[in-house]
Amino acid sequence: MIAAIAFYLFAAVLIASAVMVVTSRNPVHSVLFLILAFFNAAALFLLAGAEFLAMILVIVYVGAVAVLFLFVVMMLDVDFSAVREGFQKYAPVGGAVGAILFLELVLVFGSWTFAEEAGALRVNPMPIGVDNTRAIGRILYTDHVWLFQLAGLILLVAMIGAIVLTLRGRATSKRQDISKQVNRLGSVNLRQVRSGAGLAEIGIERPPVDPPPAPKQVEHHGGGHH
Amino acid sequence: MYVGAIFFPLLGASIAGFLGRWIGDRAAQWVTVACMALAAVCGIGAFAQVALGSQPLVQPIFTFIDVGGFEVSWALRYDTLSVVMVAMVTFISTLIHLYSVGYMSHDATIPRFFAYLSLFTFMMLMLVTADNLVQLFFGWEGVGLASYLLIGYWYERESANRAAMKAFIVNRVGDLFFMLGLALTFWTFQSVEFDTIFAAVDRVRDATFLGLPSLEVIALLLFLGACGKSAQLGLHTWLPDAMEGPTPVSALIHAATMVTAGVFLMVRMSPVLEYAPNVLALITIVGASTAIFAATIGCVQNDIKRIIAYSTCSQLGYMFFAVGVGAYQAAMFHLFTHAFFKALLFLGAGSVIHAMSDEQDIRRMGGIWKKIPLTYVMMWVGSLALAGVPFFAGYYSKDMVLEVAYAAHSGAGTYAFAMGLLAAFLTAFYSWRLIILTFHGAPRADHHTMEHVHESPWTMAVPLLVLSGGAVVTGFSFYEFFVGHHQAHFWNGAIFTAAHNQILEHAHHVPDWVPLAPTVVGLAGIALAYLMYMFVPALPGKLAGAFPAVHRFLLNKWYFDELYDAIFVRPAMRIADALWKTGDARLIDGMPNGVAALAVDVADGAVRLQSGRVASYAFTMIIGLVLFVSLLLVGMPR
Amino acid sequence: MLAIGLAHYLTVGAVLFVLGILGIFLNRKNIIVILMSVELILLSVNLNLVAFSARLNDLTGQIFAMLILTVAAAEAAIGLAIVVIHYRNRGTIEVDDVSTLKG
Repeated sequence: MIAAIAFYLFAAVLIASAVMVVTSRNPVHSVLFLILAFFNAAALFLLAGAEFLAMILVIVYVGAVAVLFLFVVMMLDVDFSAVREGFQKYAPVGGAVGAILFLELVLVFGSWTFAEEAGALRVNPMPIGVDNTRAIGRILYTDHVWLFQLAGLILLVAMIGAIVLTLRGRATSKRQDISKQVNRLGSVNLRQVRSGAGLAEIGIERPPVDPPPAPKQVEHHGGGHH
Repeated sequence: MYVGAIFFPLLGASIAGFLGRWIGDRAAQWVTVACMALAAVCGIGAFAQVALGSQPLVQPIFTFIDVGGFEVSWALRYDTLSVVMVAMVTFISTLIHLYSVGYMSHDATIPRFFAYLSLFTFMMLMLVTADNLVQLFFGWEGVGLASYLLIGYWYERESANRAAMKAFIVNRVGDLFFMLGLALTFWTFQSVEFDTIFAAVDRVRDATFLGLPSLEVIALLLFLGACGKSAQLGLHTWLPDAMEGPTPVSALIHAATMVTAGVFLMVRMSPVLEYAPNVLALITIVGASTAIFAATIGCVQNDIKRIIAYSTCSQLGYMFFAVGVGAYQAAMFHLFTHAFFKALLFLGAGSVIHAMSDEQDIRRMGGIWKKIPLTYVMMWVGSLALAGVPFFAGYYSKDMVLEVAYAAHSGAGTYAFAMGLLAAFLTAFYSWRLIILTFHGAPRADHHTMEHVHESPWTMAVPLLVLSGGAVVTGFSFYEFFVGHHQAHFWNGAIFTAAHNQILEHAHHVPDWVPLAPTVVGLAGIALAYLMYMFVPALPGKLAGAFPAVHRFLLNKWYFDELYDAIFVRPAMRIADALWKTGDARLIDGMPNGVAALAVDVADGAVRLQSGRVASYAFTMIIGLVLFVSLLLVGMPR
Repeated sequence: MLAIGLAHYLTVGAVLFVLGILGIFLNRKNIIVILMSVELILLSVNLNLVAFSARLNDLTGQIFAMLILTVAAAEAAIGLAIVVIHYRNRGTIEVDDVSTLKG
């Protein structure tokens, strides 16, 4: 009973916040509603007995993805009123497509039944007396270790990709190149400056300019012919 | 020798045509003349051996086609009939080549002209020495091609191009019938070799094709083919227009090659024709009609070459009706003598044109006989021969033709005789009209031209002299061989006459007035011409004024061109236009163009899809998702 | 094991999913909200997986959900990094203006 009430409550909040995500004028609000939606989804997961996933959802999504969204939205100085143009224009099309899709989904789920042997076809039956996190861990690191590694690889690629994409390699940036500094010749010299002397007095120290190449030496032998 | 007579012209044509640019104009033209002269020597030698020595032979060259039961070998058939043609063609062609050296001396592309001329001769020789119908057809088409090239030789003239196309297309009409005849011959005889055909004629006399006697149908089709080549009534329209070519070409076409091909074909197929009496009657009527038709037109034309062209047309009519009454020998005889005097007339006319600075209208000539006496005499000789004045070549052959027509004692024969007599009168009339208007009277050309009138160079004069000799002597010297008492021995079976055909025998026993009649009417025609153009020059104008309809009718050549224009040419143009604009431009071009345009359109659409907007892509994905779920739902119950 | 019926969880998941879709449509210019909407959609999927896992007594669903969480975190990090540099280059985060992918 309590579970049912909780389910309806969380489901209602989830859908309401999803609606707000889609329709709110301010993207910041959207992000915040998205976080709310994730929380409620996590609660639904909990109700379904998937504690580990629920926690992951909260940690990964709320802690990382949603914050990333928030960060980007706030970082970019976007005129969101302009961006929202066309909202009304596409509402009918979107509504129609959405309605059709929803109807179809309802039809699909309404007319759907389990196969009789569905129970026998389970791949990873939930072990009795083992909590959810431990059960997942047991199969994730054994049977599905390659998938797990693959997921890690995907995350790595995504990380590298994001860094590469957003790293600014500006031409004007003053970057320190140590080997270049060390190899510099003749420009570094020590000079005893009288204390209290200003620039007007000692002048600006400029790097020395290479002397022009000396004219080629031509030998003269006293003008005699030989 | 036998091969040389045929292939020397080809050699000359190849040298002049392919190497003319390197060896130069003079070398090219003299090479062709030399080749032709060699060919003529070979041809006359062959004539002596085959015709006079009675040694017919077949010179095989190689097998041309061998497909299934259809075998065509390439061989030169030398019997009296072909050797007469070979000798005549090579001889006259040599003279025409020589004449062209002088006549074309100011032309820009001499090697090309001589190459065409030799090619033309080669094709004609190929035609006459054919051993089978396919080889004959090859020569037949080759002659058509060469005539096209030569008539359109001055290709920068639009009229020349039109005339060349007209000649080619009208000839194609005849060729179509020839091809049908060829096909039917093969169908009937299972062979196209002359020997096989002639041997099998008796066997297939009762064969029918579509309910008609096969032999009659074959004869009819071949006759229609010959009509095209020989410019018989109906398909004659190209001949006068062929005057657009240089004069030596006209001489070659009208005297030795091309137009005689039809007559030759008829004579060659005499074994078949002998058993096609209905077609023979038709040939007689068409020939006689052509003779009178062309003669009437010739009386009112003003272009010197056209008058002679119509006279050719008329003379071809004579030959055809001689064939029609079964006197193939007489037809060949007339063809033979006609070749000489017609070549003479054309070359003489060319000489006049040359002298008059390329003027062809006889209304702008006159009074030049003292300045070019040689040409004048030559024209006289040619006209005398043409008109059938006694002891000239035409007298013997034309008399013979008219006699056989009379001796036929059939309705068609009598018609032919009457028409032939009338045409003989008109022939004499227009020949002297030509001479008088051209040479006599007050000069009607401008002063400058008259000053420039000059006799032709020796290269032109020599052929004229030789031909005039031919126009005088070929009549009586060959009379006995061609149609006289030695004819059976002379022809030696080359011309087949059925047992029932005794026309030549009858022709020698016609009433006395018949041989005399052509001479009388010829002299009468000459007298009338003198009366009208020499003594009472106003008379022709008055006559034309008195009968304007008749005059216009004749001047417009019986409106044949207009008739054909309305019946065939314009509808054909319309069909071609429609095919071009809708069939070709819209449908055939439209398909690739349309595909290309479609690709461009699709690409445009695809580009619009590829807006580059991430949001749009996202929407598309979502809508796709919706569609897939819908599909799943729809498909689920099943 | 599951106190509440599976259908309830699924319904909540569906609603959440549709809301995420709607969010993409409605905020088509604001890429940050779009990213948040994507997070919502992923959350709805996780909810489904967890619900089934609980219903079937099978841990596989939770393993799946964990991997999805990982991918979602990575996606959020990369997506936000892209937003940041895009903003740096263009001075705006309007997705409609991004059409340089156009061919």
